[in-house]
Amino acid sequence: MSKIEELLSKKILILDGAMGTMLQEYKFSEEDFRGKRFADWPVSLKGNNDLLSLTQPEAIATIHRKYFEAGADIVETNTFSGTTIAMADYKMEELVYELNYESARIAKEVAQEVTAENPQKPRFVAGAIGPTNKTASMSPDVNDPGFRAISFEELKVAYKQQAKALIDGGVDVLLVETVFDTLNAKAALFAIDELKEELNADIPVMVSGTITDASGRTLSGQTAEAFLISVSHIPLLSIGFNCALGAKQLTPHLEAVARNTEFGVSAYPNAGLPNAFGEYDQDAQEMSNQIREYLEKGLVNILGGCCGTTPKHIKAIAEIARDYKPRKIKLQRHAELVSASQNTENQS
Amino acid sequence: MSAESTDLNIIKPSPLGRKGGARPLKLSGLEPLVITPESNFINVGERTNVAGSRKFLRLIKEEKYDEALEVAREQVENGAQIIDVNMDDGLIDGKEAMVKFLNLVVAEPDIARVPIMIDSSKWEIIEAGLQVVQGKCVVNSISLKEGEQEFIENAKKIKRYGAAVIVMAFDEVGQADNYERRIEIAKRSYDILVNKVKFPPEDIIFDLNIFPVGTGMEEHRKNAVDFIEGTKWVKENLPYCSVSGGVSNVSFSFRGNNPVREAMHSVFLYHAIKAGMNIGIVNPSMLEVYDEIPKDLLEHVEDVILDRRDDATERLLDFAENVVGRKKENKVDLSWRENPLQDRITHALVKGIDAYILEDIEEARQQAEKPLEVIEGPLMIGMNVVGDLFGSGKMFLPQVVKSARVMKKAVAHLLPYIEAAKKAPKPPKGEQYWQTADPALYGKMKEFARRMRYEKSTRAESKLWEALSGKKLEGYKFRRQHIIGSYISDFVCLREKLVIEVDGLIHELPEHKLSDEERTAWLEDQGFRVIRFTNHQVLQNLDFVLETILKKLKQAPPSGVGGAGKVLLATVKGDVHDIGKNIVSVVLGCNNYEIIDLGVMVPPEKIIETAKKEQVDVIGLSGLITPSLDEMVFLAKEMERQDFSVPLLIGGATTSKAHTAVKIDPQYKHAVAHVNDASRAVTVVGDLLKESTREKYKNELKEQYDKFRKNFNKRSKVKSFLSIEEARKNKFKIDWDRAPITRPAELGIQVIEDFDLNKLVDYIDWSPFFRSWDLHGRYPDILNDEKVGEQAQSLFKDAQALLKRILDERLLKARAVFGLFEANSIHDDDIEIEYQEDSGEKTAVFRTLRQQLKKHGEQPNFALADFVAPKESQIQDYLGCFCVTTGFGTQELAEKFEKDHDDYNSIMIKALADRLAEAFAEYLHERVRKEHWGYASKENLSNEELIKEEYKGIRPAPGYPACPDHLEKLSIWEVLKVKERIGVELTESLAMWPAASVSGYYFVNPEARYFGLGKIKEDQVKDYAERKGISLEKAEKWLNPNIAD
Repeated sequence: MSKIEELLSKKILILDGAMGTMLQEYKFSEEDFRGKRFADWPVSLKGNNDLLSLTQPEAIATIHRKYFEAGADIVETNTFSGTTIAMADYKMEELVYELNYESARIAKEVAQEVTAENPQKPRFVAGAIGPTNKTASMSPDVNDPGFRAISFEELKVAYKQQAKALIDGGVDVLLVETVFDTLNAKAALFAIDELKEELNADIPVMVSGTITDASGRTLSGQTAEAFLISVSHIPLLSIGFNCALGAKQLTPHLEAVARNTEFGVSAYPNAGLPNAFGEYDQDAQEMSNQIREYLEKGLVNILGGCCGTTPKHIKAIAEIARDYKPRKIKLQRHAELVSASQNTENQS
Repeated sequence: MSAESTDLNIIKPSPLGRKGGARPLKLSGLEPLVITPESNFINVGERTNVAGSRKFLRLIKEEKYDEALEVAREQVENGAQIIDVNMDDGLIDGKEAMVKFLNLVVAEPDIARVPIMIDSSKWEIIEAGLQVVQGKCVVNSISLKEGEQEFIENAKKIKRYGAAVIVMAFDEVGQADNYERRIEIAKRSYDILVNKVKFPPEDIIFDLNIFPVGTGMEEHRKNAVDFIEGTKWVKENLPYCSVSGGVSNVSFSFRGNNPVREAMHSVFLYHAIKAGMNIGIVNPSMLEVYDEIPKDLLEHVEDVILDRRDDATERLLDFAENVVGRKKENKVDLSWRENPLQDRITHALVKGIDAYILEDIEEARQQAEKPLEVIEGPLMIGMNVVGDLFGSGKMFLPQVVKSARVMKKAVAHLLPYIEAAKKAPKPPKGEQYWQTADPALYGKMKEFARRMRYEKSTRAESKLWEALSGKKLEGYKFRRQHIIGSYISDFVCLREKLVIEVDGLIHELPEHKLSDEERTAWLEDQGFRVIRFTNHQVLQNLDFVLETILKKLKQAPPSGVGGAGKVLLATVKGDVHDIGKNIVSVVLGCNNYEIIDLGVMVPPEKIIETAKKEQVDVIGLSGLITPSLDEMVFLAKEMERQDFSVPLLIGGATTSKAHTAVKIDPQYKHAVAHVNDASRAVTVVGDLLKESTREKYKNELKEQYDKFRKNFNKRSKVKSFLSIEEARKNKFKIDWDRAPITRPAELGIQVIEDFDLNKLVDYIDWSPFFRSWDLHGRYPDILNDEKVGEQAQSLFKDAQALLKRILDERLLKARAVFGLFEANSIHDDDIEIEYQEDSGEKTAVFRTLRQQLKKHGEQPNFALADFVAPKESQIQDYLGCFCVTTGFGTQELAEKFEKDHDDYNSIMIKALADRLAEAFAEYLHERVRKEHWGYASKENLSNEELIKEEYKGIRPAPGYPACPDHLEKLSIWEVLKVKERIGVELTESLAMWPAASVSGYYFVNPEARYFGLGKIKEDQVKDYAERKGISLEKAEKWLNPNIAD
C-alpha cells in the first residue's frame, strides 16, 4: 500500500485549488506564453496553460508552492490539456510527452522541497489527466447523431502517452478529472490499467467527474450513480466530482456517490457558481462553510477546489477539515476478496 | 412496465440466494441498474437482435436505423431493463452495424437510460461495441469453448472495459446439456474468472442454456428441470453471481401456438426465478400472467416443464390444439395519439418521437392557410414547451437535440409546400420597378402592362389612379399596372407592400390563367397585402375606397416572407464549445432560416467580414468559457463601429442576461438579445425579423435590458470610492513654489482666418485615416502590410489625389480661435480665468471633475484643476483654450460627390477633413507652445514625436476621458466666442459643426498629464451641479456614463 493510500484512511487529504485562476493573475501575453523557444511557433499559443510548464516554469512552481503552503497535501500537475488530442489546437502534439514530464517534474520537485521542510507532512503530486476537447459518446453534429469525432482507441493511445509521461516525471497518483463524457474516462482508465500492467507499477488512480448542470447529470447524460458504476471497474483511490458546480450544489451528488462506493470520495468544487460575468466570486469563508456540510455528513476523504479557488480557499478548507475525521473507507484489494467457490462455506 | 413483467416481480428469487446486498451486480446506462438478491427479475429486451427478430434484421439490412431505434425504444417503454443488441448475421457487417446502431442508441436518452447487453459470438464485434458505450454493459457472451487462454484473454479485456459478462455453459467438449455438465462448467469458469482474472464475481452472469422441452425426444425431457436445478446449485455455490437465459427457447417446439408458448414461458420463469434465475431474455409480449393461465393449461404445461409425467408432451400437444390463439395488443402506450392535434405535435417534440410526426404535420398543413403557419404555430408552440422544460432542467441536452430532429423532419415535409408557394422571385423592397417581375415573363408582360396602362384602363381605374398618383394620398407612392412575379397588379404601394385590385379588368395573360384567389394567395405569401374594390365602389364611393386604402396603409405590414432570413452563427474566438450553437443552428434551420455557421474559435474579423459579405439578417454568438464574454462585448462594439443594424443574439453557458444587459447591450444600439436556451432561438429571431414585431420587440428588449442594467447596477457591489472630499484631499499635488510658470507671450484671444492648409500636411496623423477605412495598422508600415498593404496604398493614392485637389483648389477653409488667460484653480476643482470682453475684465470658471475611485498606494485622484496653481498659493498661473476647424466646405463637397454617386470620395473628403482638423490642432498647439505662449520655444519635435505627444503640456478636450463633460464646451464657446469668431457651432447634443473641428484646453505645467476620469459618485455629481448652477437632473444626464451607483 502506498503512502498516500495509508494516509487516506487517517485524515482528510487536501488537494490544491485552481491553476488557471492563479495563472490569470500573471496576465501572460502571447510572448510570455511563447517564450524564446516557441517564438516562431506558427499558431497562437496564448491560452495554452500547459505550455507554461516549459516557458514559465517558475510561475508554475510558485503556484504549486503557494498551494502547499496553504495546506494542500496534493497538488495537481499543470497538464489538464496534456494529450495529443487537446494539444492539436496548438499543433503541439509532438510536445505532449515533454509537457507532461516537465510538469510532473516541476510539481514533484516542489513537493519534495516542501516535504523536506516539514517531513511530518508528506506532500504528493497528482498527475492531472483532463477530458480532452472531444467526446467519444456524443456527436458534435446534431444532424448526424451516429457520428463520433474521436474513437475510444484514439483516446486510449493519447491517454496512455500522457499517463506514461506523468509517471516518468514522478507523480504519486494519477487523477482522471473533469470527466464530462464517461466513455473518455473509461478510455483513460483502460490505458492506465494497461500501463500499470506493462510497467508493473501500482500507481493509485483518482477519478473525478463533472455534473454539468441543474439536470444533475454529466454532459453525456449520466446520473452521479450511473457514472460511479461506469468507472468502478478499476480499483480507485478515490472517486468524486469537481468543477461546474459550487460546493453547495455538489452535495446531493456527492451523497449519491459516498453512499454507493467503497473507494475514497473526493470533491473539489468551484468557488460557487459563476456570476453573471463568468467570474467566481465565492470567498474562502463562504466556500469552506459550505464544505463543512460534507464534513458533518462524513462524505469525503479528499477535498480541494476547482475554478476560481485560490490558496486562500484551500487554506480555509484545510483549516476546517482538520477538525473532522475522514469518511470511512475499506481500501479493497482484490486479493483480499474471498470469492473462489472453494470458500463458499464461509460466505453465507 | 407491462402487466406481464409486473407479474414476474412478485415471484421472488429463492431465499437460498445470497443474502444482503453486499456485492450487487451494478450496471448502468444513463441511469444505474443495481441488481441485488432482493431485486425483481430483470427483463432483457430481445427485439434488437437480428438473430431473434426478422423485422429487426430487415431494418438493419435495409439500413433503416430510425425504425430500428424505434424497436429499441418500444422495448424500453415496454419495461425492458436491459436491451440486448445482436448483429450476428451472415449478410451484414456485424461490427459496423453494431457500432452504428449503438452510437445511435446512446444518442437517444429514452433508450440509453438502460444498460446495454452487447451480444455476439464474435469477439471483435463485442469489443467494438464496448468501445462506444459509456455505461457499464453486459457482454453476451464468453465461454470456455475455445479453451482457457482465449477465455481468460477476453475476460481480462472485458474487465478493463468495465463490463459484466455472461458466461455460457460451454467448454472445449461442448455445450452443457445436463445438470452435471452445467455445474461443472459453471464452477470451472467461475474459478478461472475470480481467481485468475480477478474478475468481480458479482459481474458474472451464467447462462446455463435453456433448451426446448416437449420435443418428443426422450433426452429433452429434463431440459427445463436441469436448468432450474443447475441454477439452484450455482446460486448456492458460486457467490454473488447471477443466472440468466433466453426463455423463448424452452417453448421452441410449440412454434405457431402462441397461447401455449406464452404459458410455457411463464411457468418456466416462475420456477426458474424461484431457483435463483434473476435475469432473462424475455419477450414481454410473449408472456402470460402466471395467475391468468387457465388451470387446465397450467397443469399440462407444468407437467412438461417440470417433467412430471411420461406422457406430458403428448398430453400438452393434444391439449394445445384446443387452445385458440389470441392476438395481443401492442403494449406501447399510444393513448397520446387520441389527443388534439397540437397536443400530439407537442408530445412528439417533447418526447422526440418522429413516428407520427409526418401524418400530424400533414393534418396541420391541411388545416392551415399557409404551410409556413404550421411552423410558426403548432411546431413553435411545441418547441417552446421543449425550451421551457430544458430551461428548468427537466430535459437535458440530448433530448433537446432529438426534439430538433423531429422538428427537422416536420419542416422537411413542409418545405416543398413552402417552396411551391414562393416559386416566383422574391418581392422587392421597392427600389426598382422591374425587380418585382418574374424575369422570364418580364418582356412579354411589360408590353401587356403598357397596353393596359394606356389603352385598356377602365374608367374606374382611371379615377382611382387620379386619386393615387403623384403621391396624392398622404404622400404614399403608388405604381400602376406594376408587374409582380407573374402577375400584373392594378396598383401597388411597394413600400407598404399593398396591392389594390379593381375588378373588371382582364387580369390574365393567356398562359397564366389563375384565379383571383390564387393570385391573392401568392401575393400574400410574398408579403403583400391585397385589397379589392369593384368598379362600382370606385366610381360611386371613392371616399370610402381611399379611406380603406389609407387604413390599410397605416397598418403594419404582414409578417415576413417564406425565406425567413440569413443567420450567422459563430462560437467566438478562443472558445471551442458549440453544442448549444449547433442546436440553435438546427432549430433555426428547421424554421427556414439560412444558417451560415462559421464554427468555433471564430475571430471577430471573420464574423464581421462574413456578416457583411453575406448580408446576414442576424448574428448569433456563442461561448462557454469566461473569456468569451469579453469577445462578445468586443464584437458588439465592432458592430456598432461598423454601422451594423442587424440583431445580435448572445447565447452559451457563460452568458447571462445580466452580462448581456450590462456589458453588451449598451455597446450596440440595435437589438441585442440574450437567448438563454437554444429552443427559444426561433421565437426570438422570428420576433426580431418579422416586420410586424421587430421594432416593438427591439424596443422591449432595450427597455428590459435598460431596466435590468439599472437594477443590476444598484445591487452591484460598491466598489471602493472616495467621497469627493476625501478625493480632494488626495489630489495631485504640485509644488507650486518650485513649479516653472511662464507668462504667455501673447495673453488674450486670437483668431486665425483662412489658414493655409498646405502647412498642415506634415502634421497629419495618417493611422486613424486608415482605421476609418477599416484598414488597421500604423502608417507608414501599413502601406507595406502583408494583408492590407495593397489596399492601403491604393487608398492612400486616392487620398493624396483628393488632398491635392483640396489644397490646389482651396476647397476647405481652416480657421481657429484660441485664447491664453490668467488663471488659478479655486475650490480644488474649478479653474477661474480672467479675460477681456468688450474692453471689460471678465471672469469665467471652468469646472473639472475629479477621480473618485479609491487608488492603490500613493496614487492621487486627479482633476484637471490640479495642474493649475491654486488661488491661495498667490501664484499667478495661466490656462489656454482653443477651437480649430477645417470643416468648412466639407459638406458641400460631400454632397457634390454623392450627387455623382461617388460615395467613395464623399467619405474620403470627410475623412480627410477630420485628419486636417486634427493636424491643425496639433499645429496650433505647437505654435502656442513655441510662440504665442512661448514656454517651450526650444522644442524641436518630429511629426512622429508630436503624435506620440512627447511635448510638455496637454490639450484635453471636453467629452474625452479627462473631462468627459461636454457641457464645458459651452464655457469655451462663451469665452472665445467661437461661433461668432469662426463659425463653429455646437449642436443640441454639443457636437461641433462642422464635424471636422477640435476644441480643448491648454495646460502647460510639465506635470500635466492625460488621465481617465473613471466612475464618479453621486456626491460629486451633486456638488458639480451646484458649482455649475445647473439642475442635478441635467448634470446626471450629461455625466451619466461616468456615474457609478
